[in-house]
Amino acid sequence: MLKQRPFLIETLTAIGLIVAPFVLPHLGFAPNTVNRILVWGLFGLGFDILFGFTGLLSFGQSAFYGTGGFVAAYLLTRAGFGNVLGALIIGMIAAAATGYLVGLIALRRTGIYFAMITVAIAQVFFFVEFNPLSDFTGGENGLPGVPTPSFNLGFTTIHFSNGWSLYQFIALCYLVGVIIALRIVRSPVGAILSAIRDNPLRATAVGHNIHGYKLTAFVIAAAYAGFAGGLLGVLQAFMPPDAFTFETSGQLVMQTAIGGRGTLFGPLVGAAVWLFLQDFLQAALGLGAAWKLVLGVVFVLLVCFLRGGIVGGIADLYRLASGKRKRTEAETEQEAADAAATQQPAPAPMQAKEVEHPAYSGPILKATSLTKRYGGLVANSDIDFSVNQGELRGIIGPNGAGKSTFFKMLTCEIAPTSGRIVFEGRDITGLKVTEVCQLGLTKSYQVNQLFTGLTVRQNLTIAALAELRGKFRLDLFRKLSGVKGLTEQVEHTLALVNLTRRADTPVSELAYGEKRRLEIGLALATSPRLLLLDEPLAGMSPRERVETVKLLKSIARGRTMIIIDHDMDSLFELVERVTVLQEGRVLVSGTPEEIKTNAAVQEAYLGGVHGEIAA
Amino acid sequence: MISWPNLVSQLFNGLALGALLALISSGLTIIYGTLGVLNLAHGAMFMIGGYAGFVAYQYTESFVLAVIAGSLFVMLLGVLMERVIIRHFYHRPHEDQLLVTFGLGICFVELVRLIFSSQSQLVPPPALFQGITNLGFMFYPTYRLAVVGIVAVALGALFIILYRTRLGMIVRAGIEDSVMVDSLGINVYRVFMVVFGIGAMAAGFAGIINAPVVSLTPGIGDDILVQTFVVVVIGGVGSFPGAILGGLIAGEIISVTSMFNPGYAYVMLFAVMTLVLVVRPHGLLGVQGRE
Repeated sequence: MLKQRPFLIETLTAIGLIVAPFVLPHLGFAPNTVNRILVWGLFGLGFDILFGFTGLLSFGQSAFYGTGGFVAAYLLTRAGFGNVLGALIIGMIAAAATGYLVGLIALRRTGIYFAMITVAIAQVFFFVEFNPLSDFTGGENGLPGVPTPSFNLGFTTIHFSNGWSLYQFIALCYLVGVIIALRIVRSPVGAILSAIRDNPLRATAVGHNIHGYKLTAFVIAAAYAGFAGGLLGVLQAFMPPDAFTFETSGQLVMQTAIGGRGTLFGPLVGAAVWLFLQDFLQAALGLGAAWKLVLGVVFVLLVCFLRGGIVGGIADLYRLASGKRKRTEAETEQEAADAAATQQPAPAPMQAKEVEHPAYSGPILKATSLTKRYGGLVANSDIDFSVNQGELRGIIGPNGAGKSTFFKMLTCEIAPTSGRIVFEGRDITGLKVTEVCQLGLTKSYQVNQLFTGLTVRQNLTIAALAELRGKFRLDLFRKLSGVKGLTEQVEHTLALVNLTRRADTPVSELAYGEKRRLEIGLALATSPRLLLLDEPLAGMSPRERVETVKLLKSIARGRTMIIIDHDMDSLFELVERVTVLQEGRVLVSGTPEEIKTNAAVQEAYLGGVHGEIAA
Repeated sequence: MISWPNLVSQLFNGLALGALLALISSGLTIIYGTLGVLNLAHGAMFMIGGYAGFVAYQYTESFVLAVIAGSLFVMLLGVLMERVIIRHFYHRPHEDQLLVTFGLGICFVELVRLIFSSQSQLVPPPALFQGITNLGFMFYPTYRLAVVGIVAVALGALFIILYRTRLGMIVRAGIEDSVMVDSLGINVYRVFMVVFGIGAMAAGFAGIINAPVVSLTPGIGDDILVQTFVVVVIGGVGSFPGAILGGLIAGEIISVTSMFNPGYAYVMLFAVMTLVLVVRPHGLLGVQGRE
């Protein structure tokens, strides 16, 4: 919805802001209320990038709102700084810098820890404002006398004094805020942020430094908060100390959830509902102090029954109304395409990443005495393992033989207890999974690890971005389409895993076999030179297996692969050599023929302690 | 200037506050550890415990009955909350759980404000513990000493429930691995309900015990909630011993810093929390893996 036409949303926002002063007074909104709503909306733009897009729920945004507000207000009142816009921007920078420092601490943990730490930090700011810094902030009196902006254009001076005049200034700020936020959301960074919300584990595994991106989102949110805080002072001609309270953070969270998270405009809608109801319940219904109880109940009901908030609910309704027609069209189209696909020639094989040291010609991967212990349990012990360039290696072994653990160590998802891993002559033991993926070694997971809230194309885009942009880059204002080679790589991967027709389908609507192929596609889109596949055939129907084996053969050209699977027939057809693991040790290695006739292997599968039968 | 009697008296205050924080945090942490839900309405539970006790005291003039009524009321409220709302959120993302409990907390606070107004209410300490005690080297309010004892008994009871009963074994196992407990054929949902009730009761009990020390206001739980978070981060989420250790540390930091300048109490608390996060990200007694 956000990317249909360029500048559509920006234009609509501008029109809305121009029309508002003519319409809203008739609905009972005072100019001051509208200005407040815009300040909350601006505050919420940044917060929505943090919470709605990145999935980080902070209850401590008041810290940055207050910081920006008081820095700007101090400059404009006590320091005698004359330029209002300049002060607002300095306040914003101060808030962003504070956000960076706070983020370093708060982002050490995720989930509820993050929420708790942000609450605690915001509380510290509140007390610091009231006590140690009260000489600068006026303590509980706040800072009165914040001037409104005026611009000297030489021939005349424009002064935005109050009411609708001040509205023009604030509305302009909001519009700029929206334009910037939309750029960020549509940039590669924006795409990665939603990947982090969806599946941080996989976002890391395809080669993104998610900590860096989370910190980026946190700083962006702090910057927006800081600017909005400054505007609050300008709006009220007074910087109130309660900007720093926990209630401010709470109100922002509630407004965002009421309006709709992940929509950018949700906080604005939420603020409008909030402030309108506050006036309405207090004045018209004479509820007095009970208004907050009513809003609390409304909020709880919305969280329970309408997760997307008001904007999300409207979007759902719109989709429901327009979606039925599209679906029937899509289905007939798909059947036709299905028939056509079988006759299509296979797409060209995909190139692996360029080799960094072309001179290196030893084994691509070499593991020496790799051991993993979980307390008393030894999952892998003393594994020596070596794979040559261009080889196709299979790994088999009964359940619990330690195959997946072995893979996790090779991709540095877990650290080995002892032993060394060398990839293309480079010691990668102790590196992070992100770095290893960037070097050209990745795996597809045994249990699908997809970005389930995104479409197939978006999934592959996330993976391809990691390869094309490296693990961290702040191209906040670049369009996704401006990333060189991205479209080609995504289209190519789509064709390779035969999902071109499903490119714009959300992952949650894919069939299992298709999800499985996308899982391989995610690994493939990072252009690995060494690809590990953990049970790529698991759970597939016989027909899907045949297709997938064909797919694996085609991607094996020009790259090295190691495959774990229980489907012996398919695996033996595919690979050149097989390594058998049993109880965490290498039992034997050899060609498929040798393995088939090996007595120890037959013992491991059919007799002995396990008594399991191969699939 | 620091005077020794003053310091010792603040250390005692810290002990009383720390014991209360330990009890409240234990409730929060066992709920989170077992159910995976961080209850942001936990501060409201503390506040409601105080008010429920206050009402019971108005009718009966008996502190003991007030404590019993306050605790039971909050326990029932907790069970009701779990049955009606929380259990629909077990399979929803953490953010939704935080949002809904946060909203519920606000509803509780505003409801109490509506009924009792924002004015502060007083519950006098029980006759037995009124007055001050001569400790030999200083005089100290008797009730605050009693608080330490009462809370210690409550923590002991919680310890027995957690470590000496079948329910406690299930709860501790659930904190380690709730999927495993579920697959052993134990009805985890019933356990969840009971745990939520007990956790809420711990906060409610603390609320009524604390009522004679400070006067009651509807917002009394907000500060406590923030302090509880710090306690849990310091001690380690899901760890009962961690909650006790963290509570005592936090209580002492707040009290001793307040002696010099109350404005820095939170700054110090926060500094210690940061230090713990840097040195031991999972808390002093926390276990890795639970997030």
